[in-house]
Amino acid sequence: MEVAQLQKRFLELISTVYQEGFLDDQFVQLQKLQDESNPDFVVEVVSLFFEDSEKLLNNVATALQQPIVDFKQVDAYVHQFKGSSSSIGAQRVKNACGAFRNFCEEKNLDGCLKCLQHVKNEYALVKSKLEYLFMLEQQIVAAGGMIPVIP
Amino acid sequence: MGQKTQQSHHMVAVTVNEQLGTKRKYKFFPRAWLPKILALWIVLVLFGSRTIYTRLDAVTKERRKEILVSMCDQRARMLQDQFSVSVNHVHALAILISTFHYLKNPSAIDQNTFAEYADRTGFERPLFNGVAYAQKVVNSGREEFERQHGWIIRTMKGEPSPIRDEYAPVIFSQDTVSYIGSLDMMSGEEDRENILRARNTGKAVLTSPFRLLGSHHLGVVLTIPVYRTELSPNPTKEERIQATAGYLGGAFDVESLVENLLSQLAGHQAIVVNVYDVTNSSDPLIMYGNQYEVGDMAPEHVSRLDFGDPYRKHEMMCRYLQKAPTPWSALTTAMLAFVVGFLVGYIIYSAAIHIVKVEDDFHQMQELKVRAEAADVAKSQFLATVSHEIRTPMNGILGMLALLLDTDLSATQKDYAQTAEACGRALVKIINEVLDRAKIEAGKLVLETVPFNLRSILDDVVSLFSEKSRRKGIELAVFVSDNVPEFVMGDPGRFRQVITNLVGNSVKFTEQGHVFVKVHLVEQAKAVVDAKMINCMNGESEGVLGDHQFQTLSGYEAADNQNNWHTFKHLIADEATGYHDSSKVKTDDASQKVSLSVCVEDTGIGIALHAQDRIFTPFMQADSSTSRNYGGTGIGLSISKCLVELMGGQINFISRPKIGSTFSFTVDFRRCEKYAVSDLKKSISDDLPSAFKGFKSILVDAKPVRAAVTRYHLKRLGIQVEIVNSIRIVADLFRKNGSIIPLNERLPDMILVEKDSWMSDEDGCSGLQLLNRKQNGHTYKEPKMILLATNISNGEFDKAKAAGFADTVIVKPLRASMVVACLQQVLGLGKKIPGKDMCKGSTFLRGLLDGKKILVVDDNIVNRRVAAGALKKFGAIVECVESGKAAIKKLELPHSFDACFMDIQMPEMDGFEATRLIRDMEKNANEQWNVGCVNNDEATKRRAWHLPILAMTADVIHATLDKCLESGMDGYVSKPFEEENLYREVSTFFESKPLPDSVV
Repeated sequence: MEVAQLQKRFLELISTVYQEGFLDDQFVQLQKLQDESNPDFVVEVVSLFFEDSEKLLNNVATALQQPIVDFKQVDAYVHQFKGSSSSIGAQRVKNACGAFRNFCEEKNLDGCLKCLQHVKNEYALVKSKLEYLFMLEQQIVAAGGMIPVIP
Repeated sequence: MGQKTQQSHHMVAVTVNEQLGTKRKYKFFPRAWLPKILALWIVLVLFGSRTIYTRLDAVTKERRKEILVSMCDQRARMLQDQFSVSVNHVHALAILISTFHYLKNPSAIDQNTFAEYADRTGFERPLFNGVAYAQKVVNSGREEFERQHGWIIRTMKGEPSPIRDEYAPVIFSQDTVSYIGSLDMMSGEEDRENILRARNTGKAVLTSPFRLLGSHHLGVVLTIPVYRTELSPNPTKEERIQATAGYLGGAFDVESLVENLLSQLAGHQAIVVNVYDVTNSSDPLIMYGNQYEVGDMAPEHVSRLDFGDPYRKHEMMCRYLQKAPTPWSALTTAMLAFVVGFLVGYIIYSAAIHIVKVEDDFHQMQELKVRAEAADVAKSQFLATVSHEIRTPMNGILGMLALLLDTDLSATQKDYAQTAEACGRALVKIINEVLDRAKIEAGKLVLETVPFNLRSILDDVVSLFSEKSRRKGIELAVFVSDNVPEFVMGDPGRFRQVITNLVGNSVKFTEQGHVFVKVHLVEQAKAVVDAKMINCMNGESEGVLGDHQFQTLSGYEAADNQNNWHTFKHLIADEATGYHDSSKVKTDDASQKVSLSVCVEDTGIGIALHAQDRIFTPFMQADSSTSRNYGGTGIGLSISKCLVELMGGQINFISRPKIGSTFSFTVDFRRCEKYAVSDLKKSISDDLPSAFKGFKSILVDAKPVRAAVTRYHLKRLGIQVEIVNSIRIVADLFRKNGSIIPLNERLPDMILVEKDSWMSDEDGCSGLQLLNRKQNGHTYKEPKMILLATNISNGEFDKAKAAGFADTVIVKPLRASMVVACLQQVLGLGKKIPGKDMCKGSTFLRGLLDGKKILVVDDNIVNRRVAAGALKKFGAIVECVESGKAAIKKLELPHSFDACFMDIQMPEMDGFEATRLIRDMEKNANEQWNVGCVNNDEATKRRAWHLPILAMTADVIHATLDKCLESGMDGYVSKPFEEENLYREVSTFFESKPLPDSVV
């Protein structure tokens, strides 16, 4: 693919990601933290986030399947998840976690299960977007282009 | 949360009880004792007054007794004297008889002579009934005697006397006692003894008292011996008997004696006098007085009487006739003392009762006060809690609504959801306001003191309302006097809140005209007022212009005409003249205070007169219709008032219905330290580019106030501004310049034209355009024509373009960054590279954190990585651990970390506990060190271990901060990091060091 086309697609993706609220300003901040001394910072952090998230989501799912659900434990997991998602700026995941925690406090199992599903969806969405984003970046770099500056 | 609340309520209750407990302890004295003490006191007083009474009574009695004694003694002495006088007279008579009866021969005295003599000398012996003389006749001489006198001797009973050894027949007798003539005095037993006694002793001898024959008075018979011859100086008894010739006797009327005597003396009625013969002490014989007479028996005095008869003993007994009078004075004194004592006691008692009562009341009040305070605290807590509790689910609701809006919705559904979301946001805003107010009321609101740029805050506020004001077509403008320092120390958030509130209100209630925010120094305002006074005196007309326009920002009339051109120009004039310098001088003064006067003027609906006095009361809007038409809770102004007062200022307003309102307030900020300013400029300055420095511009605006505002904004960018009234003048100017261009004078770089100036003068404008064309030929770059407008339609825009204006219209309200952007666009100056901005902004942080070794503790790997990345970005050397325990291990002393960022919520050991343990470790180490090197100088040089620990938390509420500080942390930073917040916290610990290699 042509570099220009890739760049265009990249910009489009970025703008939709922000417009639809998948990512927020924190992700921009994260990108600003990346410099010559730390070229893969964002990718590194995001992949850490993926690993951590999958582990946490598994934990939450297992915890919710127990005969007696330890909502405190679930809440702790979700809190963790909320923290990490807020750190990378995954806004919608973060919001979903907020709602999830309310249900945990109410000890509402149904609500929790629904929320888990919702959080999983959001996570999957943001994951795919991010993966696509990184893929585009790599392609652009591979094609010898510059990654466009986010306006 | 619920648990926590309960706990805190419980704590409140406990403290209340404790307070009550401690306050109960103080007590004047127990109430039950008071009556007992009073009774005791009364008894004491009773005793006291009784003692007084007895004392006084005893004194009077003593006095009475003394008087009695002296009276008695006096009477006794007088009686004695009287008696002895009488006795002496009898003596004289005895001597008379001895002389004239015995020594003369024949006798010169016979019965008649004696009787007459005795009678005539009777006045000398008033108390003697009569005297008689009895001759001593021995039995051998009886016959001769009887023969001589011609009568026989008879006994007392009138019978002829039987034969005895001796006789004592009366030969002479006074007439009063003539009946005893020729009676033998020795025939009576007692008389005989008397006679013998008298003869033996030679003294006057008395009989025991008896009733006298004539007067029935009590009397005694006095018997005196008459001796025939002169006796030797110390005669024996026999000699006396031998010498005895006879006996002179007389009945002595003792009663009359005493009676006479007493009647002569004063106060004789007052006392009762009895005279007794006490020869036989067991059976005293009364001589005078009534033995059974009543009288006061108590004080009695007995005086001894000596009537010259050693054999007989007499005494006088005196008593008061009447009982002692009641001692009124003593009684009244005692009563008075009692009353006084009683009253004193009662007064003290009632005072004590009063004190006890007041004390009780006081305790009660205190209790009520404590309760009320507790209730107040509980109320505030409740409010805070409830608000907080509402906020949490509200976040859920809003989050869910946001999620809902992300899904596929029909237009109607979307509208509903959006409305719901907007309402939710409004609700959260109200809750925040209520929380704010509760916080202010509870005194929990602590103002920050950080340096901030006042102008950029005002720009922010303007940008917040620019959309709305544009839509409404009202002009929103900010003007800050040049004398206001660029940076001040204070609470930017709260200042912004007040301004936002006031401007928000103004924008909300204004339909046409303008909203104008003006900031200047308080001192300046004073100077302006002075200037205005002078103007008034000079008779300058104010406010209204010839063409019925007002000289305000937009030409509409404002409530307070302090912002019309006449006043405003003084303000500007001040700046232009030396005032600026004088304020500069003040900077070096000790006075670090910057008093600002801010005023927000609008041309809105104003406030109804009747509502003006309660405008600052919470939840009070001017009118109930206001809330219907405009919405809002009316809490904003009350919060603003509180905040302004907290910041050391005052807020007030002038409002005229249908014309507008002008709110003005003052605030006190501190001047920024000079050395700090240069640092700050890098970090928090609003980052205005210096590219426009030295540019020249011409501003075409017929409204001077608005022109001044525009000039202010351009001046901030370093652009010189020349103001002209109309385009025509500019055209004239150019025409002149066009012909002869002076080399030393630069043409203006831009011409800014207000939309209404252009619209009203389109011809002139076209002339200008023509001129521009002409200019094109010159080497000089043409001045850019820029239109300033509040709102502009597409048609107008096209027209303007056609008239030669630049593509970019500067749409008001003006604010620095927007003006910069527009000018950059128009003048084609290079845009800043994004990102570089950030670099520049964080230079200061870099200065703080560069080379510092920092430990990041977080159980969340992503968070850890991000935090580490952010800190590394600022040059810090970062190490990460994933738990509190690991952190403690890392921080075992000695370590080389400069700071620690600690997550609060971690499994196993949370941030609070980890911090506590770290602080314990440090404490121990410090103590050991101190013990180990007590005398070592090194010890003093080295600072104690104290690692700055900052909490990282997502929920930044005050309670969390308190808990952080409690557990020994030094502060907290939000997570993910915000630069400003991070800088603020970190700057407390690290000294800034200049970065030689930093790229600016």
